Order: sequence, then C-alpha cells, then structure tokens
Amino acid sequence: MKNDMINKVISADYQLGFETIVDSDTFPKGLNEDVIKAISKKKEEPIWLLEYRLKAYKKWLTMSEPSWANLDYDKIDYQEISYFSAPKKAPDSLDEIDPSILKTYEKLGIPLEEQKMLAGIAVDAVFDSVSVKTTFQEELEKLGIIFCSISEAANKHPTLLKKYLSSVVPSGDNYFAALNSAVFTDGSFVYIPKNTRCPMELSTYFRINALNTGQFERTLIIADEGSFVSYNEGCSAPQRDERQLHAAVVELIALKDSQIKYSTIQNWYPGDKNGKGGILNFVTKRGLCQGENSKISWTQVETGSLITWKYPSCILKGDNSVGEFYSVALSSLSQQADTGTKMLHVGKNTKSTIISKGISALQGRNSYRGLVRMGKNATNSKNYSQCDSLLIGSHCSAHTFPYQEVRNSSSTVEHEATTSKISDEQLFFLNQRGINEENAISMIVNGFCKEVLQELPMEFAVEAKELLNISLEGCVG
Amino acid sequence: MLDIKDLYVNINKKEILKGLNLNIKPGEVHVLMGINGAGKSTLVKAISSHYDCEVNSGSIQYKEKNLLALNTTQRANEGIFMSFQNPVEIPGINNMYFLKTALNEKRKHLNQEELNAASFLKLIRKKMSLFNLDEKVLKRNLNEGFSGGEKKRNELLQLLILEPDLLLLDEIDSGLDIDAIKIVARGINSLLDGKRSILMITHYDRMCELIKPDFVHILSEGKIIKTGDYSLAVELEKTGFEAFGVQDETH
Repeated sequence: MKNDMINKVISADYQLGFETIVDSDTFPKGLNEDVIKAISKKKEEPIWLLEYRLKAYKKWLTMSEPSWANLDYDKIDYQEISYFSAPKKAPDSLDEIDPSILKTYEKLGIPLEEQKMLAGIAVDAVFDSVSVKTTFQEELEKLGIIFCSISEAANKHPTLLKKYLSSVVPSGDNYFAALNSAVFTDGSFVYIPKNTRCPMELSTYFRINALNTGQFERTLIIADEGSFVSYNEGCSAPQRDERQLHAAVVELIALKDSQIKYSTIQNWYPGDKNGKGGILNFVTKRGLCQGENSKISWTQVETGSLITWKYPSCILKGDNSVGEFYSVALSSLSQQADTGTKMLHVGKNTKSTIISKGISALQGRNSYRGLVRMGKNATNSKNYSQCDSLLIGSHCSAHTFPYQEVRNSSSTVEHEATTSKISDEQLFFLNQRGINEENAISMIVNGFCKEVLQELPMEFAVEAKELLNISLEGCVG
Repeated sequence: MLDIKDLYVNINKKEILKGLNLNIKPGEVHVLMGINGAGKSTLVKAISSHYDCEVNSGSIQYKEKNLLALNTTQRANEGIFMSFQNPVEIPGINNMYFLKTALNEKRKHLNQEELNAASFLKLIRKKMSLFNLDEKVLKRNLNEGFSGGEKKRNELLQLLILEPDLLLLDEIDSGLDIDAIKIVARGINSLLDGKRSILMITHYDRMCELIKPDFVHILSEGKIIKTGDYSLAVELEKTGFEAFGVQDETH
C-alpha cells in the first residue's frame, strides 16, 4: 500500500478537539500531603478516607514507575501536574449545569436531556474531577440500586465503600494504582442489590478538560448475589499540545450468581503524528468473581491515547465462575498500546475467554500482553485465547506476549494468534467495486473486529464503529 | 464508449503494452485472445487503474472523459466493472453488506437515492432467483472459503447488481463447469441492452459461442495484430496462434 495514502487517512483531525471554557477551580501544580488533604477536604470526605489516601501516598513514594511494558515515552514529572480541577458551582439540576459543559456533551453525542428521554441510559458524567450530574438516580433508587459518584458514596454509603474499596486492587498494587488511591477525585459507585437486574445500561462519560490536570477516577461496582448490571464507560479529551496523565482504577466485585458486564470506549486524544500531545493512559482494572457461578465480562474498544497501559483482569475465585475479555485496540499516528488481560483461575471449573484484536497503522505500536494462570485448586478449568493483529501500512508493528502458568493437570489452556495485513489486492478489489479507500479500510477493520464489537451494547457498538472510522481517517486515501 | 490510443504500460518496470489501439462503441462485444504474456490482463488492469500498472504514454477516453485522470473508485462508479480471475477473500465482511455498500456508493456517485436494506433485499432476491444463484452466499463473508465456482458466481452477482456500462471480463469462465458457464453467459447476455459494452478475455470457444462477439482481437507482444469478427475465433480454434505468426515461447 502506498504510504502517502496511509498518511492521508490516519492524519485526519481529532474530531472531539474543542475546548470548553469553564470557570475552573484548579489546584496549583504539584503533589504532597497538603494537596491530598486539600482534595479530601474539598470533597468533604470522612477521616478514614483521608487516612486511606495518605497511606497510599506514602506507599507510592517508595515505588517506582514500571518499565517492563513495550512502551517508550518521556518521563512523567508528577510535580508538573495539577491534581484537582472542578467547576466552581455545585449544580443541583440539569438547568444549573454550565451550558458550555452541556454543549461539550452534545458534541460528544451524549446530550443528557435527550438521553434521559430517548435512550433510557443513566449517565454519570464526570467533567474533569467532579461528577456533574447523575441522571436516573431516583428511578434506580426505587430498586435499591445505588449509582452515584464515589464522593457521594463516601458520605452516603460509607459502610459499603469501606468494605469494598481496594478489596480487589490494593492501594499499593502498582505504581499507578497507588497514585490513584492517593489522589482520586471522582468516579462512579454502583451497588446492585440481591436478585436485582439493573433495568438500564449504566453509563459514565469521562472527559479531561482543564489544562495540565490529571484525571484520576475511581470506579467501584458491586453486584450482590443473583444480580446483573451492564456498565458503559466512554472517554474523550480535547486536543492539547501538552501531554496529560490519566491513571484510573476500576474495581468490580461479583458475588454468587451475579454478572457484571463492563464496556469501555476509550477515545482520549492520541496526540499528533509526531507524538506531540496526547493522553498517557495508565489504568488498573480488575474484577473479582468472588461467588460461585459469577461472571465478569470486560469489553474494550481503545482508539485513543498516546500511551495505553491497561490490563482489565479477572480473578476467578468462585467455583464455576466465568471471566471474559474482548478487546479492540487501535494504534495509529504515534500511538503505543500495551494492553491485554490477566485471567487468574482460583476456583474449580472456572472458564475464561480472551479475544483480542490489535490494529496498527502509520507509526502505531500495538502489544498484547496476557497472563492465564491455572491455580493448584482450579481443577477442570478452561481458557481459550485468541489474539489477532492487523497491520495497515509498513511502518507500524504488532507484538504478542502471552504468559501461561498451569499448576494443575486437569485444566486446559488454548492460545491462537494470527497476524495479517490489509493487502493491496483486497483494497483494489473493493475500490474496483466503487468503494473508496477510506470506506474499504473501515469495512475491513470492522470485519476484523466483528467478534468484539458484537459484545458491546447496541448504541455503544454504533459509536465504536464510528470511532474506528474516525481514527482510521487519513490512514489510507 | 472507450477509445484507447497508442497505449504503453509497464508492470514492475517491464513494458507489457507497446502502443495498443482499441475502440469500443456502445453495445459492442469485443474478445481479446492471445498467448500468455501477450498483455491481455494488463490491458484490463490498465483500464481499471490497477496498482501494478504504470501508464507511460498514450490516452484512454471513456464516455468522452480522460479516464487516466480518474482513480480506481471513480472509474468503477462511472460504470467500469472488472471481473477478477481469482477474486480475493476478505474475512469479516458480510457479502450482502458489501453488495449493498457497493451499489449505494454508485448510486450516491450518480446522485441517486440510496437503497435501504429492505428494498435492496428485494432487488437481490429477484436477481438471484432469475439466475438460480444460492442465497446462502449472501450470509457468508466476502469470498471467504468460497470454491472457485462460487467466487465466479459471486462475481456474476456483483455484475447483475452493479449493472455497469463497460464490462471487463478476465476469464470469468475459468474454473466453471458447462452448466455454470451457461448461467454466467445468460447473466451477461441479460445485461446487453445495446448500450453496454464488453471487453472479454477468454481461452474458451464455448464462451464466444454463448456471448456472440462483434469483434475478436489477437493480441501479441503488447499490440493488437489482427482484428476480425466471430469467425476469427472459430479459425483460431482450428489453427492455433502459430498460424497468425504468434510464437508461444512458454511452450
């Protein structure tokens, strides 16, 4: 394929690169105990949570940034980041929300008002660091479902929060998780009571807006026995020349017979083709299938960020529990993604499925890194992994790092991997049938990702396809 | 419809077409014959702007336009259809979705309204039943795992849906049994309305019998060395290329 063509499609402008002017209440740059105390005070947190933060901070100071990933980036200066940024006025209703914020959501395709009426999706929109407005909260409350910001949970549901916070991802789990535990500003808290099926898709939109602010959201979802919830998370960030850090932690807890489906569309600003600007995305996501017959599914479509470091994982503790990981990761421009999963089989008869689709274009670098561990007692357990890579052009790369540890003799682990390239002949064929380069590439890519996209809730799948198309614009032409 | 003048084309830096002239008027059926390496496929590819072809000099006028200024997609949407000797497999793309996209791209190009899923389904069912084509191929991925014959029938289906003005058929009959050749020929003949034109490459007399050509050209070393009517194909069948002074070095 001709490289100048490739350059044209991929280098199309970042579609969500606009700026919203909000009267931000932003902390000065830098991180120390006072900053953490200030965050905690700002959020009117209970004292135990401040102690939790400070403990994590002390731990973080003793740790060093991991360097094992297949990623190259300039060292992050943690004192050059502001750790809090919030709109000044606390809104009570939609009418009170800054119109420019609402406009931002509209451009993102999530007008709250419309979604409320049409889509039946409850949205917890996180704008920079404070949860702006949670819709549908009241309706959900009738069923005993809690869907609120994590700050709200700290005051309204302290027992649940205290019990489960860091129960899956310990605050000193890794460098970025420790940082998040010290400075997390907001995120979602979900609790689904026993035998309750959450009647709507829960959805959160994250957006990094203010300059030089890191976003450290924290999400905790608990599915009590026999319950079901589907949670969607979408992310985007405006276009900036400066790099921005994002270090989130998501914890999922599935009790006996419950199921959590967690879908992510990540479209943070990827930087330009020379690697200027862009989000550094270091995320710890982990789910615990604590009870028997519980199930956790992670589905992710990662099209954004300059750097992605992310391994949504499952600990399959309960007997007969199931873990799934479906992923599409696209690295174009100068993007680098090191992403995959860990499936830790602890209980008997546990099952896991991993379907990973990596797409590399332009100078993109895409790595799949996955660990499957069959523990001593995880008898009769099964894993199936499939990792496919698709290359577009000749300057990109794809890497696969599968790790397998099997500690019992009755479990099976299967791994399949393929690497393919969009061929000139395929493109010519589609062009000759009247389908232009751009559409042809997007058809081939969507076909390649089909198995993963079909795991997404419908509206989300449509958005994911759109995003893949936008991200591939300029990659051929 | 198509007017080629003094065309020189390279493939991989090697000159294949060396001053070729050809004129095709609306409604005409032309057959290209010649030994392997004579430049038959190269001509068809050059008309479609295949990535391997480099046009060094000469001109191609198509519907009074300078064809060389258009890219592959534009040429396709202007009504040029090239059938492939061995159509490529594209995993993950649903065949029906592909057909619908291709048709709607053309309609968009011609400022016609796009067809919705329901009306497209109706259209395709009608075409398929006319030519005994199995609807199962619609649900499969584009050419993926298709047998040679299935691929060729799928090419026919694309032809019937896209209804091009100029059909470039590069051995559309190869790999087909007699019954299948008849179906393909019937499909092609159904498109001949006195306005559409065909440029066909074939080794088989059978195809010429079924689709009666107006002109038969013998291509040798990148040029047309003899042009005649259908009787030329019949004569070739009897005497072989050597009688026309064509040396087949591959033999």
